[in-house]
Amino acid sequence: MFRELTIGQYYPGDSIIHRLDPRVKLMGALLFIVSVFLASNIFSILVVTAFLIAIIVLCKVPLSFMLKGLRSIVLLLVIAGIFNLFLTPGTVLFQLGFLHITDVGIKNCIFMIIRMTYLIVGTSVMTLTTTPNALTAGLEKSLGFLKKIRIPVHEIAMMMSIALRFIPILVEETDKIMKAQMARGADFESGGVFKRAKSMVPILVPLFVSAFRRANDLALAMEARCYNGGDGRTKMKPLKYNQSDKNAYALEIGFVALTIIANILYNRYVSGLFANMLGV
Amino acid sequence: MSIILDKVSHVYSPGNAYETTALSNVSLKIEDNEFLGIIGHTGSGKSTLIQHMNGLLKPSSGTIYYNGKDTSKKDFPRKELRSKVGMVFQYPEHQLFEPTVFEDVCFGPKNLGLSKEEVDDRVYEALKLVEFPEELISASPFDLSGGQKRRAAIAGVLAMKPDILILDEPTAGLDPKGRDEILGMIDKMHKKTKNTVVLVSHSMEDIARFVDRIIVMNHGKIEYDDTPKGVFNNYKELEQMGLRAPEITYLMNDMLRYGFDVSSDVTTIEEAKKEILKLYGIN
Repeated sequence: MFRELTIGQYYPGDSIIHRLDPRVKLMGALLFIVSVFLASNIFSILVVTAFLIAIIVLCKVPLSFMLKGLRSIVLLLVIAGIFNLFLTPGTVLFQLGFLHITDVGIKNCIFMIIRMTYLIVGTSVMTLTTTPNALTAGLEKSLGFLKKIRIPVHEIAMMMSIALRFIPILVEETDKIMKAQMARGADFESGGVFKRAKSMVPILVPLFVSAFRRANDLALAMEARCYNGGDGRTKMKPLKYNQSDKNAYALEIGFVALTIIANILYNRYVSGLFANMLGV
Repeated sequence: MSIILDKVSHVYSPGNAYETTALSNVSLKIEDNEFLGIIGHTGSGKSTLIQHMNGLLKPSSGTIYYNGKDTSKKDFPRKELRSKVGMVFQYPEHQLFEPTVFEDVCFGPKNLGLSKEEVDDRVYEALKLVEFPEELISASPFDLSGGQKRRAAIAGVLAMKPDILILDEPTAGLDPKGRDEILGMIDKMHKKTKNTVVLVSHSMEDIARFVDRIIVMNHGKIEYDDTPKGVFNNYKELEQMGLRAPEITYLMNDMLRYGFDVSSDVTTIEEAKKEILKLYGIN
C-alpha cells in the first residue's frame, strides 16, 4: 500500500536530465520556481509551459507516474481554488447569495491552480531524476560557502541523506509489521477516528523500536569506519561540471530571461491593447 | 482445511520501472495434516507465496481456494482466513509491542472477539506449547533474550489456534540450541495436534529432518514438488539454483563412490547411521 507513494521518489533512468549534475538540477528547480511566480500573464505562462513540457519529454519518466504524485494535492488545489474564486474583490460577474465571482477571482483561481500544479510537477522532475544521495551531495557542495559562518553543512547534508535513505527501509518495515499484525487479526480499516488511532499502536511501537535499533547499528557501523564528520573528507565521485551541465545552466538562465521578456512584452503591448479595446 | 493455489501469479509495482514478477503460474495444493517445507534462494518468491496463503497478498492473476471457497470473492471472510491460517513472519519478535508478554500474546485472540476467560486460557496454553518460562510471563518483551522473544512471538500466533501454521524462517538468527528447541517444539506440536505446518527454511538439514514434502521455488516458479528424498536426489540441479542437499547426502554419495554399499538418497543423520551400521552387519 505504501508503494503508491510517488511524490519525490527517484525514478531510475538514463535520460539527459538524469545525467545532469545535481547542482544544475537544483538551480534549475529554483529558477523554475522563480519563473512560475514571475509569470503573471498568458505570454509568460506559455513560456513556462513550453519549458516544463520540454523537460518532461526529455526526462523520459512516464507522465502517468509523474501525475500520480499530484493526486495527493488535488484536495489542496480544490480548496485553494475555491477560496480564490469566491473571495477575491473585483468586478462582480455572478452573484449567488453571499457568494460572488469576480473577474479577478477567476483569473487568480486559474493562475493559482496552474502555478501549484507546475510547482509540484517541475520540482518533482528534479527528485524523480536525481538519486537522494546525488541531491544531498549537490546541496552540500552548493551550500559549502555557509561553512564560513560556522553552519555544519556537511553534517546537515549527511543527516539528510541518511534520513532519505531510511525512508524506503522504514516504509518496508511498516509494511512488514502491518502484515504481521494483520496476520494476528488486527484491523486498521474499520471503526471511528479514535479506534483507528488506537489500532496504530501495534504498528508504531515496533516501528519506533526498530528505528532506534537501526539508528544505533548505523552509528556503530559509521564509528567502526572512523567517521568523524566532514573535516578532511574526500568524495569517491567528486561533482564535476561538463559541457552539457554548462549548456543547461545557460538554458536555465535563458529561460528566466525569456519569462521576464514575455512579461514586459505583454505589459507594454497586449495589456494596453485590451485596455484600449475596452475603452479604459 | 486445504488450501489450493490455481495458476497464481504476482507482480509487484505493475506498470513502472520497479515492476517485478515474484510468482508466475504457481499451482499447489496443501493437504490436511501435512508438514510442508518450502526452499529456494533469496528472492525466489517464497515469502510472496506464503503471503498469498492467508490473504495478505492478492494474486495478480489466478485463484486461491480455501476449503473449496474462492478467496477473491467479496463475501469471503478474510478475517476468518487469517485466524485459521496462522503466519509467523521472519524475525517475528519485531512485532512485539505490549508492555508484557502476556498482553502481547493476548493481542491475536482478543482480535478474534473471544471472551476474557477464553483468551486467558488460550494465552497460557500457547505459552506452554512454546515452553515459555512461566516466571517471565509478566516481563516486558523487550527485556527478553532473542530466543525467548521468538517464543513469545510464536505463541502470539499459536494463541489464535490456527489450523494451518506457516513459519517463515523461524530459526533465522538463533543459536544452534535455540534453533533445535524451536523446531523440536513445532514438530512436537504438529505430531500432537495434527495441524498443518508450512515451514520456509534455508537449512536443508532442518527441512530434511522434519517435513513430509518439499516445494522448491526458483525464479517465481515451482521447480520441484516431492518428498525430501525425491528432491534431494536432484542435488546437482539444486546447486544450480543456489541451494544444496543436506551435508549428509553428500557424505553418503561420496561413500558410495568410494565403494561402500550404502544408499544414495539418505537425507538425515538417523538414516545415515542405520545405513552405516548395516555395512557392519548391525541392525
